[in-house]
Amino acid sequence: MRLLLELLAQGVQMFLVLLTAPLLLGWTRKVRARLLRRQGPDLLQPYRDLWRLLCKEPVLAENASWLFRVAPYAVFTTVWIAAALVPTYATGLLFNWATDLIALVAFLGFARFALALAGMDVGTAFGGIGSSREMMIASLAEPAMLLVVFTVALLAGSTQLSAIAEFMLREPVGLRVSLGLALVALLMVAIAENARIPVDNPTTHLELTMVHEAMVLEYSGRHLALIEAAASLKLVAYLSLVACLFFPFGMVPTGSSPIFYPLGILAWIVKMTVLGTALATFETAIAKMRVFRVPEFLGGALVLGFLGTLLLFVSRVL
Amino acid sequence: MSLLGTLLGLVVLLLALAVAALASRPGTLWPRIVYGGSLLVAVAIGITASLALATAAEPARLVLPIGLPWLGLHLRLDALSAFFLLLLGIGAAIASLFASGYGGSEPEPGRILPFYPGFLAAMAMVCLADDAFAFLFFWEVMSLLSFALVLVGHEEETSRDAARFYLVMAGFGTMALLLTMGLLAGPEGSYDFEAIRTRELDPGLATIAFLLAIVGAGSKAGLVPFHVWLPLAHPAAPSPVSALMSGVMTKVALYGLLRLAFDLIGDPLWWWGTLLVALGTGGAVLALVHALVERDAKRLLAWSTIENIGIVAAATGLALAFSAAGLALPAALAVTAALLHALNHTVFKTLLFCGAGAVLHATGTRDLEKLGGLIHRLPFTGAAVLVGSAAISALPPLNGFVSEWLLFQAILVSPDLPQATLRLVIPAAGALLALAAAMAAACFVRFYGIVFLGRPRSPEAAGAHEVDLLSRAGLLVPATLCLLLGVFPAPVIDLLGPVVTGLGLGSSLPEQGVGGWLSLQPIPERRASYDGLVLFSFLILAGAFTAALVHRLGGAGLRRGPIWDCGYPDPAPSTQYTAASMGQPIRRVMGPLLLAAEEHVVMPPPLDPSPARLDVRLSDRVMDGLYRPLTTAVLALADRLNPLQFQTIRRYLVLVFLVLVGLLVLTAAGR
Repeated sequence: MRLLLELLAQGVQMFLVLLTAPLLLGWTRKVRARLLRRQGPDLLQPYRDLWRLLCKEPVLAENASWLFRVAPYAVFTTVWIAAALVPTYATGLLFNWATDLIALVAFLGFARFALALAGMDVGTAFGGIGSSREMMIASLAEPAMLLVVFTVALLAGSTQLSAIAEFMLREPVGLRVSLGLALVALLMVAIAENARIPVDNPTTHLELTMVHEAMVLEYSGRHLALIEAAASLKLVAYLSLVACLFFPFGMVPTGSSPIFYPLGILAWIVKMTVLGTALATFETAIAKMRVFRVPEFLGGALVLGFLGTLLLFVSRVL
Repeated sequence: MSLLGTLLGLVVLLLALAVAALASRPGTLWPRIVYGGSLLVAVAIGITASLALATAAEPARLVLPIGLPWLGLHLRLDALSAFFLLLLGIGAAIASLFASGYGGSEPEPGRILPFYPGFLAAMAMVCLADDAFAFLFFWEVMSLLSFALVLVGHEEETSRDAARFYLVMAGFGTMALLLTMGLLAGPEGSYDFEAIRTRELDPGLATIAFLLAIVGAGSKAGLVPFHVWLPLAHPAAPSPVSALMSGVMTKVALYGLLRLAFDLIGDPLWWWGTLLVALGTGGAVLALVHALVERDAKRLLAWSTIENIGIVAAATGLALAFSAAGLALPAALAVTAALLHALNHTVFKTLLFCGAGAVLHATGTRDLEKLGGLIHRLPFTGAAVLVGSAAISALPPLNGFVSEWLLFQAILVSPDLPQATLRLVIPAAGALLALAAAMAAACFVRFYGIVFLGRPRSPEAAGAHEVDLLSRAGLLVPATLCLLLGVFPAPVIDLLGPVVTGLGLGSSLPEQGVGGWLSLQPIPERRASYDGLVLFSFLILAGAFTAALVHRLGGAGLRRGPIWDCGYPDPAPSTQYTAASMGQPIRRVMGPLLLAAEEHVVMPPPLDPSPARLDVRLSDRVMDGLYRPLTTAVLALADRLNPLQFQTIRRYLVLVFLVLVGLLVLTAAGR
C-alpha cells in the first residue's frame, strides 16, 4: 500500500512537470511582453505550438542519419527524467535512491551531448556554430553546477536529493555565506543552461550569435516538438532545483499523510510563478552579452561555486 | 595446477608464439594465427585472474632458478597483480580480436608479429614480478618491445622521431625506477620484495623513493609533466598496438606506482597525496585543451589517455592522503574509484583506438580535416565509437560515469582530513576534475562529430567501406562491456574488495548490491547511492513510452528533402564546420593560458581582393618550459666537457691519480 502510494506520488510528479512546463514558458513570455508594454501571446499558446508541431510531418535532410532521428527522443527522455527527479511538492520520491544530484547533472549533460551531435549531423555551418558554442558554455557551466552540488552536499551530508531536501526543510540552516554563493552561482548556471538572455536569445531563429536555436535549425515536425518540450522541461527542472534547495517552504516532508500533497503542489506552483516572473523581469532588464563575454560570466559562476565549496571545506560554520 | 602456475604457462605460450612468429611471411595465415593465439591466451589470462580475485586466496609465491644466481626469479600473485592481469586480459583480448580482422593484410608482418605476443608477455610478467631485478628487467623488455612496435611505421620521419624520443624517455624512466629500487633495497642489497616490505625506511629516503617512483612509473603512464612522449609515440604505432599501449601499458605503469607507493614504500606522508592530486588534475585539464585543438585522430585519443591517467593518479593521491590520515573507509573508496576508472578506461580506450584504426584502414587518413560523414559508410564502427565517446564523457548509464561518481563521492568525504593544506588543495582538485569531465564531453563531441557526422570532407571519406566481421566483433565487444559495466557496477566493485584490503588500507567498501536492485552505496551513512540498472530501465521505459505516445498522437511518417540551412544550402562540404572551427571557442577561452595561443589576423585594406590571413600559433608549455631548457642545459654541459676526450696521456694519468686519491680520502672520511 505504502509502495503503491509512493509510486503514485512519483508518477504524479513526472506528469505534473511534463504538463506544467509549457505553462511556465507561457507565463514568462506573458510577463516579458507585459513589461515591454505589449499584450503578449496567450498563456496556453505553447501548448498549441507543441500540438501543431506534433501533428506535422518532419522533413529531414537527405543526409540526416539515424542519430538525427533518435536524438530528439534521447534529449526529451533524459531531460524529463531529470525534471522528474527534482523534488517539487514532496521531499521523498520513490526513485531518489537510484540517482543523486551528480547523476542529475550528468543526465542533463547526456541531453546536451545528444543535441550537440545532432547539430553536427547534417553538416551545416549553423549546426557547427551551435554545437561548438554550446560545448564551450557547457565546459564552464557544468563544473560550476557540480561545485554548487558539492556545496549543498557538503552541508546536507549527502548527494541524494531527498536527503538534501529534508535537510533544507527540517534543519535550521539559517543564512550561510556558502549557500548564498551557491545560490548566485546556480542562478547564473540556470540562465546559461536554459539559453536565456543574457547568454542566448530564445526567441529569434536567425541570429548568428544563437547557440541553442542554431543547433536545432534542421529539426521540424514532431522532432522539433520534442526538443521544444525538452527545453521547457529543462527550465522547470532548474527552477524546481532552485526552489527545492534554497526556498523549500511548503514542501511535504516524508512520512506525512498524503492529504498535504495538494498543498505542496500549490506551494510549488506559487514558487514557479514567482521565479518565472523574476526570470522574465531579469531578461527584460538586461541586454544579451557578446558570445565571448559568456566565458567571463560563467567563470564568475565557477569561482563563486568554488568559493562556496572551499568555505565548507575550511570551516564548519560558514 | 595453481593459478600462478597457469599464468606462467600462458606467458610461456605467448613467448613461444612470439618466437614462432619470427618465421612469418607476408600474405600467409601467420597474422591470423598470432592474433588469434594472443586472443585465446588473453582470454585465458583474464579468466585465471578473475578466478584469483573471486576466490580471494592467499598470495601465491614462486621462486624459479632463472636470472641472477644469488637472487633467482621471484613471482607473486596477489589481488593487485590479479586485477591488473584481468585488465591486461580484457585489453589484449579486444585489441587482438580487432587486429585479427584486417591485420591479415599487413605488408611487413615480420616487423610486428614477433613483438606483439612478446609485449603482452612482458606486461604480464611485470605484474607478477616479486623482486626488483625481475620487475625492472620485464619493465625494460616491455619498453623495448613497444619501441619496436612503434617503429613499424618506420618509413615516416615523424614515426622514427617519435620512437627515438620514446626510447630516451623510457630509459630515463627506468633509471628513476632503478634508483627507487636501490633506495628500497638498502645497503645490504636485498632486492626481494618480501625483504623490502619488512624493511623500515627513513621518512626522508622514503620521500625520495616516492618522488623517483612518480618520475619513473609516471613517465610510462603518461602523468604530466612526464607525458611528452605519449602523444608522439602512441599514434605512430599500428592501431591495435596503440590500443594496447594506451589501454594496457599505461595501466601496468600505474600498477607499478600503486605497488611502490602502497606496498613497498608504505607509510605514506600526508603531502605525498597532494602532489599526485595536483599533478593528476592539472595534467588532466592541460591534456584536454591539447586534445581540443588536435588535428590527428589518434593523437587526440593519446591526449585523452593522459587526461584519464591524470584522473586515476588524482584518485590514487586522494587514497594516499586518506591512508596517511588513518581514514580507512574513504581511502578504500578512493582506491576503488582509481581502480575502477583504470578498468573502464582500458575498455573504452581500446574501443576508441580500434575505431580510429578502422577509420584509418577505411579511408587511409587520420587527419580530422579530411574525414566526415562516416556514420553512413561505416555504420557499425560509427555506433560502437558513439558508445565509446559517450562512455569516456562520463554519461550515465555507461561505465565512465560510475568511476567519476565514486571519485566525486571520495572528494565529498575529504573535509574529514586533518591537514589544512589538503583541505585547500582538494576542493581545487574537485573543481578541476569537474572541468575535465565537462571538457572531455566537448572533446568527444568534436571528435565524433567531425569524423562520423556531417558531410565527407574528402574523396577518401566519401568512398570508405566498413571493416570486416572480426574487426566489427572487436568493436562490438568493448561497446557491450561499456554498457554492462555501467549497468552492473556492483559485482565489479565487490571483486575489487580483496585488492583494496591487500593494499593495506585497513578495510574495504561494504558489500555492494545489497541495498536492493544491485545498487551502489559506497559509504552507507552518507546516504548516496546509484543504481545503474534502475536508471537504465527507467531510461528505456520512458523513451519507449515517449516514442509510442508521439507516434500515436502525431503519426510516424517523415519526408526527405534538401538541407534547410536557413534557405541558403551550399552543396560544397567545405562550408560546414571543420575540426579547427569546432575547437575554436574553447581555444579562445583556455588557449592563451594553457597553450600560449596567439592569433594574428592580417586584413587587406579595402578594395584589395587578396585574401585575409589568420595565423594561430600554439605551443606546448611543458615542452617549452621544462624539456627544451633541460636539453639545452645538458647539451651545453656536454659541449663544455667535450675537451676531456682530446687530452694527452700525461694529463689522463694525472686525472686518474687525482680521482684515486679523492676516493681514498672519501673512504677514510666515511669510516
